[in-house]
Amino acid sequence: MRTHNSLISKLVQSDRGGSVLLALLGIAMVLVPLLNLAVPESSALHLSTYTMTLLGKYLAFALLALALDLVWGYCGILSLGHGAFFALGGYAMGMYLMRQIGERGVYGNAELPDFMVFLNWQELPWYWFGFDQFWFAMLMVVVVPGLLAFAFGWLAFRSRVTGVYLSIMTQALTFALMLAFFRNEMGFGGNNGLTDFKDILGFDLQADTTRAGLFVASALALALGYLLSRFVVNSKFGRVIVALRDAESRARFIGYKVEMYKVGLFVFSAMLAGIAGALYVPQVGIINPGEFSPLNSIELVIWVAVGGRGTLYGAVLGALLVNYAKTYFTGAFPEIWLFALGALFVLVTILLPRGVIGVLRRKQAETAT
Amino acid sequence: MSSEANLPHDIPGANFSAAPQSRVADPEVLDTTHGPILYLEGVTVSFDGFKALNNLSLYIDDGELRCIIGANGAGKTTMMDVITGKTRPDSGSVFFGQTINLLELSETDIAQRGIGRKFQKPTVFEPLSVFENLELAMATDKRAWVSLFAKLTGEQRDRIDEVLTIIGLTTERQRRAGQLSHGQKQWLEIGMLLMQNPRVLLVDEPVAGMTAQEVERTAELLLSLGGRHSVVVVEHDMEFVRSIANIVTVLHEGSVLAEGSMSKVQNDPRVIEVYLGE
Ligand SMILES: Nc1ncnc2c1ncn2[C@@H]1O[C@H](COP(=O)(O)OP(=O)(O)OP(=O)(O)O)[C@@H](O)[C@H]1O
Ligand SMILES: [Mg+2]
Repeated sequence: MRTHNSLISKLVQSDRGGSVLLALLGIAMVLVPLLNLAVPESSALHLSTYTMTLLGKYLAFALLALALDLVWGYCGILSLGHGAFFALGGYAMGMYLMRQIGERGVYGNAELPDFMVFLNWQELPWYWFGFDQFWFAMLMVVVVPGLLAFAFGWLAFRSRVTGVYLSIMTQALTFALMLAFFRNEMGFGGNNGLTDFKDILGFDLQADTTRAGLFVASALALALGYLLSRFVVNSKFGRVIVALRDAESRARFIGYKVEMYKVGLFVFSAMLAGIAGALYVPQVGIINPGEFSPLNSIELVIWVAVGGRGTLYGAVLGALLVNYAKTYFTGAFPEIWLFALGALFVLVTILLPRGVIGVLRRKQAETAT
Repeated sequence: MSSEANLPHDIPGANFSAAPQSRVADPEVLDTTHGPILYLEGVTVSFDGFKALNNLSLYIDDGELRCIIGANGAGKTTMMDVITGKTRPDSGSVFFGQTINLLELSETDIAQRGIGRKFQKPTVFEPLSVFENLELAMATDKRAWVSLFAKLTGEQRDRIDEVLTIIGLTTERQRRAGQLSHGQKQWLEIGMLLMQNPRVLLVDEPVAGMTAQEVERTAELLLSLGGRHSVVVVEHDMEFVRSIANIVTVLHEGSVLAEGSMSKVQNDPRVIEVYLGE
């Protein structure tokens, strides 16, 4: 445990934002389940299961934002398709949850999910094999987004596609996947997606304790994702990706295989996004092709821009702030949310190019001098 | 070459001749037994029909310090682009030593085999510190997964400190490279070049934007590199060229117009007509 602690403290030393984030996550991991499970509902301090799940969902989004910040903030790769990796991770989890339903589906078929029975399919398609095993599904949560990112990155970065063209390609990627997943023949439930989940690892998904467990898992994943990302950006690898962000050909001329660095980073980021998706799905209870929507990926970019890119914790803060605002606005004034989001993006781009974190840092610098 | 004896960075001299060769995993080891380290023969590069290099032939000897001059657009930078793999010629051949065909290698491979380059427009890694710039340039295993776990050894730190001293940026080591003056950036770039322990240094307009004093220091530094490294310097500043040049090559419209000592070249009527006399 001690070496563990010193490793963490080494990673976040001189990283105040990161230390604050980890401390808050640690507190939340204890406090949130406690306020939900141990404090009686009659008490004012009680935290509803709805709120706890909502917070868990925010944390999954924060992990996704962290993943984008790695490639965008540090390496300048503006991916407008990161939602695709999130959704793929979500589908892998969804497939596991579907298989857990077993005979409890509407049609009572132990082998086939309801939508397959409905389509008159006789047997499980090969790509559903193994998803009844939790470990296999969890492996796929990272392997599938990772492989897609590898294939895409390999093609794009080796042919030196950068800038706007790359962004458009990533957007096209998620759009194409959305169209594909909408099709019933794909075998992922068509436009209804995967839903009606019953339990995870034998625990009832509707139970408060399970929800608390999912919240803790999300907080833990975000904390670990943060530490891993911090390790990457603090390493020489991290300095190389920052170096090639602005001077790619220079990096090449001093002997770095730039595309390998980009592909590696892209794959790591896609895997984090996949994990985020896998945490999101059991908490919201559904995954459908809408998650591949290009708009989702663009919203994600806005979270990171609002928080401030290139700091990691800024992305987390941005995801939490914007999603909290979204929950509020879509409840209070549903029709103006998209306009508010657009306006927010324009304002942040013009007024706060370094995001909320940039403002906080400037304030801090001012009081220090 | 009097300064050669007191080169701080040359003290672990064995490093220099051994390192680049031991790095080459390929069986084609650099072979300079015939004298030249770089061979350009009949190289032609055209951009939309315009010939930036026109049947250019040029040989650089191992350990030589060569200056290349020529009017704007003569093809000097394009020549470096060809050697470093940035631009592929339409025809001709480019060899590193007797055996290594540079036209078959990527920019990265060429760099790793020991050809370093300083660009005309100084490009350092602006968001990183001076120290980090040198760290990244250092000749080590540059594969991605190795970098993830790489730690600087004491020896490597010493080497960085040494280069910091050579380029006079010791006090700026923690400064962001983007905050350096133009001249300091040029120096940092030369330092990055040194960190790579290259056999050949291609230096494009190193003294542009430098003060007279800085120019003088640069001349000293480049002179001190001769013998162990081959250095190819492109420069417009004639005063500077005169102070370092042994052999000067004059490029004109993509081919060699004249070659020889500075005084010989300066008195060549064709050179006077197209370049010096303008
Ligand atoms: N990528 C390119 N596309 C089209 N033309 C080019 C390209 N690169 C260089 N040229 C042209 O080739 C010619 C040679 O250019 P080059 O940069 O090699 O000249 P130079 O000798 O380095 O000149 P300077 O002293 O101005 O740096 C110029 O006329 C230039 O306009
Ligand atoms: Mg030039």
